[in-house]
Amino acid sequence: MGDFTYLLISGLSLGSLYALMALGLVIVYGILRLVNFAYGEYIMVAGYTLFLLSPSPLPWLVMAVVAAVMAAVMSYLTERIAFRPVREKSLTAMLITSFAVSTLLQNAALLFVSPRARVVPTPGIFSETVIIAGNVTPVREILAIVVSVALLIGFSILLRKTILGIALRAAADKFTMTRMLGVPANLVISAAFVISGLLAGIVAIFWLGRTGSVTPGIGLTPLLVAFVSTVIGGMRSLSGAVVGGYVLAFVTIIFNNLLPGDLYEFREAFIFTIVILILLFRPEGLVRGRG
Amino acid sequence: MLRLDDLHAQYGAIVALRGVSLEVNEGELVALVGVNGAGKTTLLSTVAGVMRPRRGDIVFEGEPIAGLTPETVVRKGIALVPEDREIFSDLTVEENLRLGAYIRRGRGEYGADIDRMCELFPILRERFRQDAGTLSGGEQQQLAIARALMSHPRLLMLDEPSLGLAPKIVDQVFALIEQLHRDGMTILLVEQNVTRSLAIADRAYLLNMGTVQASGTPADLRQDVDMESIYLGGGD
Repeated sequence: MGDFTYLLISGLSLGSLYALMALGLVIVYGILRLVNFAYGEYIMVAGYTLFLLSPSPLPWLVMAVVAAVMAAVMSYLTERIAFRPVREKSLTAMLITSFAVSTLLQNAALLFVSPRARVVPTPGIFSETVIIAGNVTPVREILAIVVSVALLIGFSILLRKTILGIALRAAADKFTMTRMLGVPANLVISAAFVISGLLAGIVAIFWLGRTGSVTPGIGLTPLLVAFVSTVIGGMRSLSGAVVGGYVLAFVTIIFNNLLPGDLYEFREAFIFTIVILILLFRPEGLVRGRG
Repeated sequence: MLRLDDLHAQYGAIVALRGVSLEVNEGELVALVGVNGAGKTTLLSTVAGVMRPRRGDIVFEGEPIAGLTPETVVRKGIALVPEDREIFSDLTVEENLRLGAYIRRGRGEYGADIDRMCELFPILRERFRQDAGTLSGGEQQQLAIARALMSHPRLLMLDEPSLGLAPKIVDQVFALIEQLHRDGMTILLVEQNVTRSLAIADRAYLLNMGTVQASGTPADLRQDVDMESIYLGGGD
């Protein structure tokens, strides 16, 4: 029972972060059909914001909010400066642009900060633990679950109750028709990028809190995780991204904990075997979007 | 009200419109007929701002609108109900209508507009909170028209509103178009069902290979021999 609770909390905690990351990626994909490969760099931007703010006397919570907002601002700026000029050209042009933005941001961090890891401030509560069902559980994991679930609920209210949210859902389904009703293309796209960046920024707080440091390449793993989650869950639906995130996290946690020692090295091979199996039986992902 | 002057447009390499000129006057119901590929849908898409014209003018209420974005054109007072209806299938009926009223936010007439639509299309009231994707073809067509009307257009463009509908539903759709016309709406109607659309139109244009081949009153067009053989034979 203790083991089960431990796996459950670890899975939920990791899954919550994966779900938010996947959601951030898929909200842009839904509208532009663009997999934004610069997405991981928004996490990096949040990380370096935290690092740069760390000598300041600001309370940690304020730093965290500023860092998340900076990720959203960076996401918005990349849309305005990099993606908008090539949007009418082709999807391939946008995809290449996203690689360019990713490389550019990483190199900026290498050049202006350092290739080596930098310490980001973490609040005391991140290193505290509580005992749940006989297991030592980091409070950070509980916080990640609570914050993520609150965000998911808030996000779903935004999508269902506000005109912007309804427009975002409509645009993901039929973009041109949405514009014909008077919804400006630039408005929905900018909104999607801002939400995407904000989700990346909030994830970053918890993601970086695990190791307490940031490197220029920190965004790669979250990007891959988000991408694989959306593929598992189904690229065409927001709920699919969330489901995919939790599934991937639970598969990862189970293999990490239950694989015998000599097979542990190959855990990623096992994880991706499961991913391939899921896709063999559900090529459109677990949650099927509409055509 | 709407005037197209020497309008040219193309789809990639395919030239779809080669110098179309036509006019729709206030309060008129104008039918646009022609075989598939004649350029009817391209014409409506170009007016709506979905496609950019290569050359020529589009003037609406004295103002040039060629090349404007779709979101701007609808604000000028033109609404398009596209072919295939383009209903947002995983939004509810209400959400579809609410987006239709997007450009009228803040006017405080939303409730009254919804009531008017539900009166015009009683089925929408019944299905109000249902996902639009669960509606039948005829119901989706009604929703598409209602959604367009929510923007209070002064010109309503309908692209093949009877396509794929059962004969009884087609009757309803045509009765509805007539009613809107009687109530004073200016309508530009593209229809495969030539007989039915000529029966309710004030004037009509015959489009062929991207040009206007004939125009005039429905009676004028009916006398066109080519027209008879091509369209009226298999119109229904």
